Amino acid sequence: MNQRQVGWFVRVVAALVLLFLALPILIIFPLALNSSEYLRFPPQGISLRWVSTVLGSEDWLASAWLSLKVATLATLIAIALSVLTAHALVRGTIRFKQGVYALILLPMIVPHIISAIAMFFFFSTVRIFGSVGAISIGHAVLALPIAVIILSATMQGVDQRLEDAAMSLGASRQTAFRRITLPLIAPGIASASIFAFLSSFDELLVAVFMGSQGSQTLPVRIWSNVTFQLDPSIAAVSALLVIVSVLALVTATFFTRRSRTA
Amino acid sequence: MMTSSLGTAAVVRSPRWKANPSWLLLTPALVLLGVFFIYPLCGMLLRSLVDPGLTWKHYARFMSDPSYLHVLRGTFEIAASVTAATIVLGYPLAYFLSQARPRLAGLMMILVIVPYFTSVLVRTYAWMILLGTEGVFNQLLLGSGLIGQPMKLMYTRTGVLIGMTYILLPYMVLALYSVMRGVDTNLLNAAESLGASRVRAFWRVFFPLSRPGLAAGGLLVFILSLGFFVTPALMGSEQDSMISMLIDSQVETYFDWGFASALATILLVCTLILFAIYERVVGLQRLFEAKP
Repeated sequence: MNQRQVGWFVRVVAALVLLFLALPILIIFPLALNSSEYLRFPPQGISLRWVSTVLGSEDWLASAWLSLKVATLATLIAIALSVLTAHALVRGTIRFKQGVYALILLPMIVPHIISAIAMFFFFSTVRIFGSVGAISIGHAVLALPIAVIILSATMQGVDQRLEDAAMSLGASRQTAFRRITLPLIAPGIASASIFAFLSSFDELLVAVFMGSQGSQTLPVRIWSNVTFQLDPSIAAVSALLVIVSVLALVTATFFTRRSRTA
Repeated sequence: MMTSSLGTAAVVRSPRWKANPSWLLLTPALVLLGVFFIYPLCGMLLRSLVDPGLTWKHYARFMSDPSYLHVLRGTFEIAASVTAATIVLGYPLAYFLSQARPRLAGLMMILVIVPYFTSVLVRTYAWMILLGTEGVFNQLLLGSGLIGQPMKLMYTRTGVLIGMTYILLPYMVLALYSVMRGVDTNLLNAAESLGASRVRAFWRVFFPLSRPGLAAGGLLVFILSLGFFVTPALMGSEQDSMISMLIDSQVETYFDWGFASALATILLVCTLILFAIYERVVGLQRLFEAKP
């Protein structure tokens, strides 16, 4: 129903824009597989030299491990809180709903540089967490909006009468939530986790300001190397990160499909 | 546990916010945001006004120095240019995708979504490689003899605009696409059957109906551009910096937290005003109800 032949002009422009979108992502791969000492295009020869250099480097691996830890912690916090929040927003009748929406969206809207320095000032005066804890909490704040958005959308798709039925048969609100709602929103939780994880895994500024010399996340290490490192190791790291994003997206799409058919 | 009849009566009598546990469910998230986001932001606000007594001097410094005002103007110019560029590039693509067969649209959507979820740092790095003096474009153009000497694209505003447009384009396409998908094409067919040309039917029927998407995408891209950091910091020049870079350098290089806070507050106020407009024009509810 919603299909119409579009003119050739629109088609040509659309094709060019798609090319524009694909080009930078694709250019990373030949550069990462470059066998020469410097970034060259077209590459002089194809090899896994720089990929294996990166994968064999203790610094890069330490950063990857740190990013993994931080992102996992941030995701756990963000998801736990956003399941509760989404439930309240979708099922509950609360006053000031608009205000709550606005407040929850705020970390997505406020520029990261502002959030990062505000948190940096805050954590530097109250030394209650080590840098890993502080970065994780900061990332949980930044990941909250996307997780709440995804989970609210998922919960809207769950028929409330199922919970009502469970409760009318004697289940408490908690049991109904645990036994009925939670399994039904599980795919949504999975995809929200993936997006929360990615948002933390890619976040630079909070990690720059709260990290220390010994705790550089992956984006921070890229950041501090990108301006002066001319060898293709950053290209290799970038290529690996693109692969991680694509895999995460494929998984998220799988879960989204499942939640739609469920 | 079943609610006893006595319990139900009590629930009915008590005020609404006590009757349902919604506020209780919201509490953990509100505490996290309150303690680690809102409170630090208020602290920053306060810091911009204190040195050590109450003072306007940080704001006075901003207002009195033309170079800072120049940065603010440049920031708005860049945000406006990026918004315009994403509309020019995003509108035809979103229109094409919205009218394509679902299978084809789904496949092409991958090209929009993959960049959207790839690290901003990685995407900026890719553009640095593409646009550098010894970058891919210059090597290809020099090699083919189209240009005599390398073009200077890195560390110019053009480079920043290309990089930022690239990074924010998916937001625009997705905002437009979600609205355009909902436009009933029978309306266009009706317009044409009544004698309108294809072009006229598009401009008089489709375009007005797609305007909510333009408003949503345009405001979002503008808001995100204003505070953008990574791309201008890596691809831009010192002379043509954005306010986010100024904030960063005040903290990292000059350790002037008071002035950095004042700059951040100015940027925050601009952002919040735009966010309020977004809330008015587009509405926040839609964000929560849209299927991602």
